[in-house]
Amino acid sequence: MLMKSFRKKYPPNFVIGAVITVVMLLLILMSFFYTPYDITKMDSASKLAAPSFRHLMGCDNFGRDIFSRVLKGMENTFVIAFLTVVIGTAGGVLIGAFTGYFGGWLDEVLMRIIDVVFAFPSILLALVFVSIFGTGRYNVVAALGVAFIPSFARIVRSEFIKYREMDYVKSAQLAGVGRLRIIFVHILPNTFTVLMSSIMIGFNNAVLAEAGMSYLGIGVQPPDASLGSMLSESQTYLFSAPWYAVFPGLMIILLVLGFSLLADGIKA
Amino acid sequence: MLLEIKDLSIEFHDHDVPERVVHDVSFSLAEGEILGIVGESGSGKSMTAMAIAGLLKRHDVEKKGTILFEGTELLHASRAQLRKVQGNDIGIIFQEPMTSLNPVKRIGWQVEESLRIHRPDMSKEERRHRAITALSDVELPNPEQVYKKYPHELSGGMRQRVMIASAMICEPKLLIADEPTTALDVTIQLQIVKLLQRLNKEKKMAVLFISHDLSLVKRLCDRIIVMHNGDLVEQGSAQEIFENPKECYTKELIDAIPRLEKLV
Repeated sequence: MLMKSFRKKYPPNFVIGAVITVVMLLLILMSFFYTPYDITKMDSASKLAAPSFRHLMGCDNFGRDIFSRVLKGMENTFVIAFLTVVIGTAGGVLIGAFTGYFGGWLDEVLMRIIDVVFAFPSILLALVFVSIFGTGRYNVVAALGVAFIPSFARIVRSEFIKYREMDYVKSAQLAGVGRLRIIFVHILPNTFTVLMSSIMIGFNNAVLAEAGMSYLGIGVQPPDASLGSMLSESQTYLFSAPWYAVFPGLMIILLVLGFSLLADGIKA
Repeated sequence: MLLEIKDLSIEFHDHDVPERVVHDVSFSLAEGEILGIVGESGSGKSMTAMAIAGLLKRHDVEKKGTILFEGTELLHASRAQLRKVQGNDIGIIFQEPMTSLNPVKRIGWQVEESLRIHRPDMSKEERRHRAITALSDVELPNPEQVYKKYPHELSGGMRQRVMIASAMICEPKLLIADEPTTALDVTIQLQIVKLLQRLNKEKKMAVLFISHDLSLVKRLCDRIIVMHNGDLVEQGSAQEIFENPKECYTKELIDAIPRLEKLV
């Protein structure tokens, strides 16, 4: 009986997604304070060592503990993806809200700019950005963040176009409520449901984009660890040390999978 | 005169061909009077109301004529000028009770919103007190509980009462009711009309009642304006219009009221 109502309230993909996400978040949280080994400590004796109790995920080509580096890499990926989504959401909400609510020439100008930005794949855009401003964690965040603004702006804009015609907005206008207050206090909360699911999808895309950039060598720079750069380094040892590629890859999959399942569950 | 409208014309320019929705309409409304505007959909009655409320879009619209509210010109007023009059002196209720309340905000918050804007010196407790008084004024049972509820927890008739309460909270001199009963059950319609009648008497508030339901208009209004295709066809006291309609469109409208003897 209890089980039934639990299942009804929380669909299975929500539960699975929540469990995966919570575990990943705990691991990331832990990595801020503790990793089993120093992530840059090399140990030539355990070069490409297979997984064991000493090194849970084995060691890389410099004898560094992969588990520790995976933890740190997840932390980097998470922080970058999180900040990217924060920038994308903030910029997207601002642009989308103003263009959607006011319309007119402001809408025309801003949305054409957004269209141009949107026309390029986000990785390509970030690549250009990084090649101008240099690599590094915060440049990656800035580059991806800007690249993520258009999709949020479009979603928020279409929501605002829908809501600005609502009678409660008109009556707020008549009541003399200021325009900024109408936008941010009256309309914005109505877009939260749509915004939440696009934030979650955006987070997944940001994780993949960060991994992709680090894989290409323009993201997090060595000796700092990132899931993407670990994948790219591991390619050479794909046959001699498959665990080197498997674990970072698995973590990317889990991170994204957990979040998409969670987003699905919340939407339902 | 509380409200004087002279030669009001509204034209939309957002399509290739300009669309004239209101053409040279003039009428006036005295303090405490109930004026009905009737006409079919697309006759321009709602647009006239929107113009009075200052809710017309600001681009792609050509507006001509004057709207004087207690001597202040509203049609071409700037946003800042409008804000002083709006909400404080003019309230509005809409047709669709489903979309006229913000689904994510509590009833109390929404009713209080005008007070927050126009009476910023009022304390939180006073505002709450005023809102609950307003909710009980519109004959809602358990106003304290309604205050804490969300719109989806209320029925259509209750929501329309909440709308009236929030339009009335600053005690406006004019209430614009844009087809306030169209989406409601017949029994609720009558209750709302009676409520408007009572509030009109008690608060000395003028009402601009827009409807296509002639029988309700006849019951409620002192004077009636008939609109058709953006033109003002006929105006006069309710009695004149119903007993001695001059224009043939008005006659048609009156004949369109379903009557028992016609059916038999």
